[in-house]
Amino acid sequence: MTARQRNPLQRSAITLTTLEGVPGKTIVEHFGLVQGSTIRAKHIGRDIAAGLKNIVGGELKGYTELLQEARQESLDRMVQQAGNLGANAVVNIRFATSSVAQGAAELFAYGTAVRVE
Amino acid sequence: MIEILVFLGLLTLGYFAGLYFERRHFEDIKRRERKTLFVPLVSFGAKQTLPAAQTAELFIGSVVVSTDYFKSFTASLRNLVGGRIVVYESLLDRGRREALLRMKEQAIAWGATQVVNVRLETANIRSQASNNGLVAIEVIAYGTGIR
Repeated sequence: MTARQRNPLQRSAITLTTLEGVPGKTIVEHFGLVQGSTIRAKHIGRDIAAGLKNIVGGELKGYTELLQEARQESLDRMVQQAGNLGANAVVNIRFATSSVAQGAAELFAYGTAVRVE
Repeated sequence: MIEILVFLGLLTLGYFAGLYFERRHFEDIKRRERKTLFVPLVSFGAKQTLPAAQTAELFIGSVVVSTDYFKSFTASLRNLVGGRIVVYESLLDRGRREALLRMKEQAIAWGATQVVNVRLETANIRSQASNNGLVAIEVIAYGTGIR
């Protein structure tokens, strides 16, 4: 829920869905693939805290928050790209995560920018 | 000698604390799952005709879960002989259900009647430097809420 509070874009003019269209509307124009990505490294404090948490297991809240913020940023970049193209919706959104280097993760979001009416 | 004592101490702490937290987490998950049962989640929806709805919005739930000391140790023993690693199965189950619930609770707060085309994604975010068997798994669940 915190991620949504920090996120004004989901309430903006651009509709995001994982479907192949927007319910109740028809696609009138395609703008092709839009994407956003960010690579984040976790900072040492969080790493130490996570190392301690690792003794008892369970959720690593620091990492969850970090990745949520990062995912939001990649989503924001994607939405920005879609906005520049003149789209008002992004459909068929997918997410991917990969760890590129030690302690760093890439978060990636992509979808198809469309105009719906 | 002192090393062995520290190791055994961590193992015992990991076992009891891990078991306690896991049990508590599962109880919490079951309670929330019952509470949110009225909104169906479906994993299809992309290839179907679009559902009749007024608005749609993307919802994301994510969680990072890690093993406890005891689990890491038993899993490394299990690696010698192969086979099912039961201790990791419950960890991933817990992570997936938690991620789904977080997504669903956001969708319910928004007023969704259904969440369609739900996808689950899992990523290993352990740092290669720490070769101490630290396993941290990120689970993301995302889908489109409709109302």
